[in-house]
Parts: sequence; C-alpha cells; structure tokens
Amino acid sequence: MRKYSIFAVAREAMRGHKGWPQQWTSPEPKKQYDVIIVGAGGHGLGTAYYLAKEHGITNIAVIEKGWLGGGNTGRNTTIIRSNYLYDESAGLYNHAMKLWDGLSQELNYNVMYSARGVMMLTHNVHDVQGAQRHIHANRLNGVQNEWLTPEQAKEFCPPLNISQTARYPVMGAALQRCGGVARHDAVAWGYARAAAARGVDIIQNCAVTGIRRSPSGAVEGVDTTRGFIGAKKVGVAAAGHSSVLMEMAGINMPLESYPLQALVSEPVKPIFPCVVMSNTVHAYISQSDKGELVIGAGTDQYTSYSQTGGLHILTHTLDAICEMFPIFTRMKMLRSWGGIVDVTPDRSPILAKTPVSGLYVNCGWGTGGFKATPGSANVFAHTIANDAPHPINAPFTLERFRTGRLIDEAAAAAVAH
Amino acid sequence: MLLIHCPYCNEERPELEFRHAGEAHIARPTNITAISDEEFTQFFFLRDNPKGIAFERWRHMHGCGRFFNAVRDTVTDKFVTTYEAGQPRPDLPAGGENEKGAGK
Repeated sequence: MRKYSIFAVAREAMRGHKGWPQQWTSPEPKKQYDVIIVGAGGHGLGTAYYLAKEHGITNIAVIEKGWLGGGNTGRNTTIIRSNYLYDESAGLYNHAMKLWDGLSQELNYNVMYSARGVMMLTHNVHDVQGAQRHIHANRLNGVQNEWLTPEQAKEFCPPLNISQTARYPVMGAALQRCGGVARHDAVAWGYARAAAARGVDIIQNCAVTGIRRSPSGAVEGVDTTRGFIGAKKVGVAAAGHSSVLMEMAGINMPLESYPLQALVSEPVKPIFPCVVMSNTVHAYISQSDKGELVIGAGTDQYTSYSQTGGLHILTHTLDAICEMFPIFTRMKMLRSWGGIVDVTPDRSPILAKTPVSGLYVNCGWGTGGFKATPGSANVFAHTIANDAPHPINAPFTLERFRTGRLIDEAAAAAVAH
Repeated sequence: MLLIHCPYCNEERPELEFRHAGEAHIARPTNITAISDEEFTQFFFLRDNPKGIAFERWRHMHGCGRFFNAVRDTVTDKFVTTYEAGQPRPDLPAGGENEKGAGK
C-alpha cells in the first residue's frame, strides 16, 4: 500500500496523477481461508481489518454480492453519535466514538469525520423529560450530552425556527458536541484499502448461496456463485439480508427487514453547521461537504427487500423539515433512495456467536448502524478471533431473546424507528 | 405507496388507510404460562422475514377497521392475494420464490 501524504499528492500533481496505484485488488477466491466475512460494508471490511491488525489473522476473504460499500454503508445519512440510554449501548457506541476520533490517521484515509455536533430537538413535555433523562444517563456513563434552551439551540443552528407558534415548537434540545458526520463511502474504502494491504482478499460480485456445515454441525465454508470457499469461521455482516444468510445455516432470526429512505437536495453554499434530529416530527438533516442537504426519512411500515419505499414517507419528512427550517421550503430535492434495514425486537444489534459452531453474526443495527462501524467491527473481530465476545459486545447476544435480558432501546432510542 | 385490497370492503384502497400488523398465522399458545422459554422465543420474537413470498397481517385502520391477511412478495412488494382473518393459508401457484414462507 502506498502511503497517502502531502508529498504523494505533490508528486502526483507533477505527473498528471498517473501514478496512483489501485486501492485494493480483486483476487480470485482461494479454496480455503481462516475466516470468511460475508458482506463488504463498513462493518464487514472493518472486521477483516481488525482481525488482521489486532489478532494476526490475515488469511481472510470478505465476500460481497454486489460492490463493496454498495449496501447500507453507502445509503445512510452518515450521522455519528453515541447518546444512547442504556449502559450496554453507551459502552458499544462510545467505543465506536473513540475509534472515529483518529480513524483517518489510522487508516491513512480521510474519512472526513467532522465532529460538528448532533442536536436532538424536543417539542413537548414528554420529549423534554426524555431528553433530560438521556443527558443524565449519558453523563453518568461518560458520554457527552448537554441541554440547550431554544435560544441556545438557535444560536447553535441559525436556520432553526424556534417560533412558539410553530405546530411543534422547539422546547429545547440535547446536544452531543462530539457527534457529527463522516463520509460513509470513504469509511468502506479506507477499511478495504487497509485490510487489503494486510493481505485480506476482497471478493466482489460473488453472492453467498449457502452455508455448508460438517456432520458435527460446525461451519465448513460457504457456497457462492463462484463455487465453494472453505473456512472454519464465518462472520455474517449482511445488514438487511442477515435473515436470509442465517436461514442458510438453519437459524431463524429475531429480525424484520424494512425499507429506510433518505434523500439529498441540490448542493448549496454552507448554511447548515450541524446535525439536527427530531423524533417527534421525525426528521433529521445535515449538510454534506458537497453542499447537499442530507435528509433521513423513516422506515416504511411493511417488511420488504425492495430497496425502495413509499413517497408519502419522504413527503412526511419534508413537511417536518420545512416546518423546522422555513428557509428550505423552496429547496429542490435531487435524489432519493432506499436501503433495507434489519430491525430487532429491542432495536439493539446482535453481535455474537450463534448456536452453530464457527458461525458469528453482526446484525440488527436497524436504522442506525453506520455510527457504530469502527466499534462494531473492532469487537466483532475480537469475537471471531477468540471465539468469545469482547466485554463490550457480551450483552448483545442472540440468547437475550430467550433470557429476557433485552437492551430495550426501542422505547429509549434517540431516533424514531 | 401500495394499493391494498381489503377482503371485507372488497375494495382496493391506498396504503395510508392501512396498518401493517406483522407476520400472519402466528397463534398465541393457549397454555402460554406453561410453554418453555424456547417456545416463547419462537412465538414472540422469531420471525420468518422471507425474501420472497410473505404471509402478513394488515388492518384496515381507516376503513372497516378489521384485520385480514395478505400474501405479498417482499422483493417486488406486489400482493398475490388478500384473505379474511381466520382462513387458512391459500394455495399458491407452484414455483413460488420462497418455499419457507409457507412452511411455518
């Protein structure tokens, strides 16, 4: 891997940028690997990277049915925050937050992590009490979060309408200053490049069609559209398709897959300095470095794998955006798209071993997996390497739906699902 | 937005009138206090989530208000049929994309 630096940029500028090498190769799959990761999104590629870097396992294949970073990694609204209510969640998301800080340097790849602050609005007494409970719980867990009055919120985000005559007036906000955004594509590309440099094979356009098990039940490898590939350990990080993959190993999952939509506006000059979310009116918005307003909508009500959703879901969100930011009412929307998110009953992820020996799963991130990418990948790699969870992801088991030890962010989630 | 045929009203109406109500044909065990933790997990938490033909419940919330069942392809979002609650799974044309969906 050739290191990116200002000297490399200067050198390439002198010769027409013709000397940049490929960031990763596309090798033919080998017959056997130590570990196979299914899904080359941020979580899967990151897992391969940390397995190679921290656990000395480099004989790894990351198998992807489409192109890397083409699923939910490239479809989310790039928001990063860690202000979840419960201790288990605080541990997991704050682990990710620590890794975001410094990730560009570590990967030698600019993931454009920008800690511009995530502000969550409250519009009624229930919201206010909920937000303040979150703030207190977060601070006890060492997670940044603070309360802003409507005037302070307006100061932090000038386009915000804090008129008390609004249909849902702003009654205050919870602000996490270390929250922000990162360039989602660059996260996938950065991990892919760094993993490939450590010997990981990234195999794109190769769909897994089966998970093969030995007579004893243990994993032997995966059948793919490019033939059988063997491995004693298989980690599934397939987002909306996790149910489909796990079904291949005979495991019924507590998951349902829903379309989740997002859209961007035409690019405009810098106007929006932070991320603003509102659960009550259901909207979240930020501005990308290209100048587009990036807006997230909600999930559709029905399960689907169609990567598209209803128009009324988008218009509902845009109504809320226009109410909160009247300045944007004439803005034109440029593109909208959908991704398929896998939702668990308690809205917390599953990052764990499975009943099948050698099979591991990282799923159930629902509408909010991007923010956790480095932390999730880091502890998932630990789980696969040691055949035992890291203390941080130990509570995020599959068994919690039998024991009842749920991590119920469904009620406590900072975002509406 | 989906167009959904309510088998009670016998009319095709926009999705806004309906609420999705999860997987169909899950019967609450009559001996709920006696079943094992595994059986409860199966009943309460585990879902087929098929990619292909799904059996699901809908409620015509802003119409007749009644629950009914539907068969829908989750890849195309097209409805195969809808039928009244309490009726058994309908026979589908052979070669459906997802055999598992009909198995439980």
